[in-house]
Amino acid sequence: MPINYYILLSVALFSIGIVGVLTRRNAIIIFMCIEIMLNAVNVLLVAFSKMHHLRAFVADRATTVGTDAQLFVFFIMVVAAAEVTVGLAIIVMLYRNIHSVDINFLNRLKH
Amino acid sequence: MSIVEILFWFLTALALFGALMVVFSKNPVHSVLWLISVFFSISGHYILLNAQFLAIVNMIVYAGAIMVLFLFVIMLMNMNTESEPQKSKWLRIAASLSGGSLMLVLVAALKDTSGRVTGVFKLDGNIGLIKNLGQVLFTDYVLPFEISSVLFLSAMVGAVLLGKKETNSIIS
Repeated sequence: MPINYYILLSVALFSIGIVGVLTRRNAIIIFMCIEIMLNAVNVLLVAFSKMHHLRAFVADRATTVGTDAQLFVFFIMVVAAAEVTVGLAIIVMLYRNIHSVDINFLNRLKH
Repeated sequence: MSIVEILFWFLTALALFGALMVVFSKNPVHSVLWLISVFFSISGHYILLNAQFLAIVNMIVYAGAIMVLFLFVIMLMNMNTESEPQKSKWLRIAASLSGGSLMLVLVAALKDTSGRVTGVFKLDGNIGLIKNLGQVLFTDYVLPFEISSVLFLSAMVGAVLLGKKETNSIIS
């Protein structure tokens, strides 16, 4: 399986996420599209980890090359989980104040 | 066509279709359910890439915890198709064109990349297991691990502060 396929998959997912952020007005859908973009990056990191591990594995059977990228993905998941809690709290607070999650009501920052 | 390639194309089609349905479905609850299918297919990709621990963590954290949180917030707000706000038609066309051209540029720049993910060695997969990842995490990356616990604490405090009723008007 060439690495190109994984790059194309990741680019396609990232672009779909960007189109979603730009086209939708619902704040929660925009948040979900950001999650899609984060996951596209994670897929690419894991694929590159596997590629480098395979290249090192041919020379040395006991290599651990590629562990760093997988731990990086782990930390991205940790930060994404923290981000989701704070972001959803902000959206709930927003809904309580303006009774809508339409981001067009939020272009003033103060009202 | 080997079984790995069939699985790869199936999971890729499921991920892309699910992501498109997240963007284009009118009902937010349907968007969340499609996003869960995207996360499951990405977990399948991790298993194909011999990252078993990440696959399980992706399923538990993303498809389990985070998506339940999204679904909970959406059902709390009682959103449905009628109250769904829509952008104007030209704005949507412009956004799709800009996203598509970004994809075009990235694909054109990266289409000639060489390198292979699976090769002649089929049984090379033990770096994605917990033993190896835990050893590296608790020796080389122990400081970022501890700092992420501080991040979680601050996220929790921030969520509680944002979520509680403001009695003495901090925010508004």
